[in-house]
Order: sequence, then C-alpha cells, then structure tokens
Amino acid sequence: MNTVITAPAGAIAAVTVTGVDKVFATRKGEVTALSGIDLHVAPGEFVSLIGPSGCGKSTLLRLIADLDAPTTGTVEVFGTSAHQARLDQRYGIAFQQAGLLPWRTVAGNIALPLELHGMGVAERAARVAELVALVGLGDFASTYPDQLSGGMQQRVAIARALAEKPALLLMDEPFGALDEMTREYMQSELLRIAAETGAAVVFVTHSIPEAVYLSDRVVVMSPRPGRIAGIVTMNLGRTADRADDLREDGAFFEMITAVREALHGSPVSRARGVETR
Amino acid sequence: MSGSAAVERAPSGAERVLAPIVLGVVVVAVWQLLAGSGLVEAYLLPSPAAIGDEIVAFAPSMLSAGALTGLNALIGLIVGSLVGIALALAASAARLVDGMLAPVVAALAVVPIVALAPVLNTAFGADAQTGRQLIAALAAFVPVFINTARGLRQTLPVHRDLMRACAATPGQAMRVITLRTAAPFTFTGIRLASSLAVISALVAEYFGGPRGGLGGLISTSAASSAYPRAWAYVVAAIILGLAFYLVALGLERLVSRRR
Repeated sequence: MNTVITAPAGAIAAVTVTGVDKVFATRKGEVTALSGIDLHVAPGEFVSLIGPSGCGKSTLLRLIADLDAPTTGTVEVFGTSAHQARLDQRYGIAFQQAGLLPWRTVAGNIALPLELHGMGVAERAARVAELVALVGLGDFASTYPDQLSGGMQQRVAIARALAEKPALLLMDEPFGALDEMTREYMQSELLRIAAETGAAVVFVTHSIPEAVYLSDRVVVMSPRPGRIAGIVTMNLGRTADRADDLREDGAFFEMITAVREALHGSPVSRARGVETR
Repeated sequence: MSGSAAVERAPSGAERVLAPIVLGVVVVAVWQLLAGSGLVEAYLLPSPAAIGDEIVAFAPSMLSAGALTGLNALIGLIVGSLVGIALALAASAARLVDGMLAPVVAALAVVPIVALAPVLNTAFGADAQTGRQLIAALAAFVPVFINTARGLRQTLPVHRDLMRACAATPGQAMRVITLRTAAPFTFTGIRLASSLAVISALVAEYFGGPRGGLGGLISTSAASSAYPRAWAYVVAAIILGLAFYLVALGLERLVSRRR
C-alpha cells in the first residue's frame, strides 16, 4: 500500500484500519470474510468501497461502525477505538434499507437519535427542522414513511444519520434499491450534503459510475477472501464542485475504465495512481 | 363513478354495512316462517318473536347476568393477557425459558374446562367467582402468550443495527423497537383471547358455583324447558362476546395502523 493517501500531518485520520482480518464461524466451518485490510480515510474525504458480492465491503463498513468486531487487527475512528467512537456517536450510518420506524413520522424518525441521547424537546425540534430542510423534505415532516417514495425514505435515513452532526458518514449501498434517475439525483444531493457538513464518507456500492462520481478515492475489493485489490484516486477535482455534466466528461469515463480494470484484475496500461496486485 | 361497468370496484361503505344487515333480516324472517309453520318443533327452535318477547320480559335479569359474566371475562382477559405478555417477555429473553414454556402452554391450551371448573370451585369456595375468572384467564393467556412471543421475534435486523449504531441502551432498544414491533401481534392475541374469555367464563358457570351469570341462566332455563328464555340468554351472550371482540378489534386496528 504505498500509494495510500495519508491524512495531512497533524490531522487525525477519520478512519484507520490496520491489519484487519474477519473470520465468521458458520456451520460449514470458518469463512474468512476479510484478510489483511489496511485503510486510511482522511477527514472530509469521500471513499467508496466497491467489489463483487462477497468481497466483504459491507463487513468492512460494519467493522468501522462497530456493529461487528474484527478477528484480528484494529479499527480506529478519529483516533479512538471504533467501539468508543460508536459510544461517542462520532459517525452516522445509513443502510441499504432505509430502516425507518413505520409508526413514526419523518420528523419522529429523524429525531430518534437525538431522543435516545436525551436532547431537550425544543432543541430537538429546531435540529429536526434544520435536517428536514437539509435533505429537501420540508413539506413532509409529518408524513409517515409508507407514504414516501424509496428515494425520499433514503433521504430521511440520511437526515437521521446526520442528526448528531457526525464528522463521518457510513453508507452501505444506500441507493442500491433506487431507480437510475433517482439514484443520480441522490448522488448529487449526497455530494451537496457532504460538502455542507464537511463530513468524511465511507460509501459501499457495487456501481462503478456511482463510486467514480462520488469519490475522492475508490477502494477496489476482491472476494474469497475479501481483500483490497487496489485503490484508485479519482482525478476529477473536488467532490463538492462536481455536477451532473461530469457524467458525460471524458475524464469520468477514463476513471470508470481505471476502476473496471482494477476490479477485473487486468493490467492497467497507463499508470495513474492505480495499484493492482 | 368513472370507468366501465366491467371494472371490478371495491364495495362502498354503505354496501359493506348493509349487506350483512339484509342477510340477517332475511335469515330471521325465514326462521320465523319456519318456526310458525309447525315443520320444526318449538322446543327445538323457538320462533324469533317468542325469543324477542323473553328478551323484553327478562331484560333486567339479562343485564345483571351479562354484567356478572362480563366482569368475570374481563378480569380473566386482563389477568391472562398480562401473564401472557410477561411470560412471552421471559421466553424471548432466555431460550431456556422458551423451551420450558412451550410444552406447558401447549398443554394448557387443551385443558378441558369440564375438569378444571369443579376443582377450582372446590378450591376457592362455592360462593366465589375466582374459579371462573381463572378459567377465563387461562383461556386468554394462551393466544396472548403465543402471539406476543412471535411478535417479540419480529424485530428487523436493520432496526437492531440502528439501535446499536445509535448507542442505545438495551432498555431504549426494547422500548423503541422490540415492544413497538411486537405490539400489533400482542393485540391480535388479545382479540382472539377476548372471545375465548367470554366463552370460558360462561361455560365455567355450568359446573357449580354462584348462580346469576348468563351461563348459569341458560342452563337453568333449558333445564326447566323455558327454551325461548334460554335462547334469549344466548342472544345476550352473543352480544356480550361481540362487544368484547369489537373493543379488542378496535385496539388492534389502532396499534397496527402503521407497521
């Protein structure tokens, strides 16, 4: 890993994964989900994890979120253990299923983390109003989730993840179930929200264009056992400045090609900060 | 109303209410004709008019009998539901408890009232309603326990992950997710239990203990060949059971509206 971008001197990395293996015990024996993972994510950086099913990208995200524990190795979030970072609510998380509580309104769902952490009613209402506006759901605060489209539900989930103003946002294929048009719109919205909040994002996806459009760096993973096959730096300018016209840009297609080649393991003709094995 | 007549449409509210009423009126009219025709003996099937006369004549007695049986059923329903919920929580907390309770509940579900009632009447004394309330509680317990235990296992993995990611305490996760997810199931159990509690409280009156309930009066009336009066008490029992059921159904709808 000699091309890994490390955090600027003095700044604490948002995520530092060092020598992580994850082995699951199943009925058929042990399955190695992740092997020898090293990864750094700088503050404010947008990093996508991409790879085929079973490459352990979601498992890696769950380790960062402390929803699972690594078998060996360490995971640090903002200089503390992933466990402490979870207790301190240093990250927000969004899943592929929006995971909203159907018996709560949009506002009630967004307020949930704040409620759990004991924020006062007035302060909570103000923060929820901010978040509803941030994700563009101003007219839907008192709507129930089953009255919303999939894209709108996912926006509620993102607002909920941002409720505690985390400096790290973890996203596990949040747009995986959306149609292509909604998906592209949500990608632009996510870049806007990430720029407004300044949060680092670790984003799991299996869509190459999605990873390229969103990311500063794309981490390409390969399966059995899950490991990092390469990390591709997106030379597409600041993520905050990206807009839909980038999708038709030559540089965008070059990056897609670079990620594809890293995914399929074929030799890359032109070196551009691409590392393969 | 747009669209062609061939398009199937949902029945309107008026149709949904009217249809069963029309059917009921037709059935009662046919019944009256049948009973008056002499084809069916009056002691087998008294005419609706005769039953109606008895209902009017014995209205105060029916009210007090309904109140007595209803109170027994209500106490049984509440006690049985609370015990069912408590044990379902215990079963969901520990697999061992779940394994221990499952066969016991299966056995309790089939305990015959005819065996239990005399034992309980002896245990609590011939002038106490306790035995009947316990029988109703036992009947109510089974569906509430089974449904709640099932509901407590319905928590979605994504909701569990969310609670963990939010660093929620076990108590918070229980209140915000687990109990709320189980609630519609519990109320389905209570709806099933409501009818069972009424039937059980009523049947328990057949096997001794103080008189004055609907079950006791049905059996006394039938024993003294006052068949229309026995049927009048049956009508009261149906109304009592329906009242329990409809209230429980309303509660269930309220809780299940969003899930």
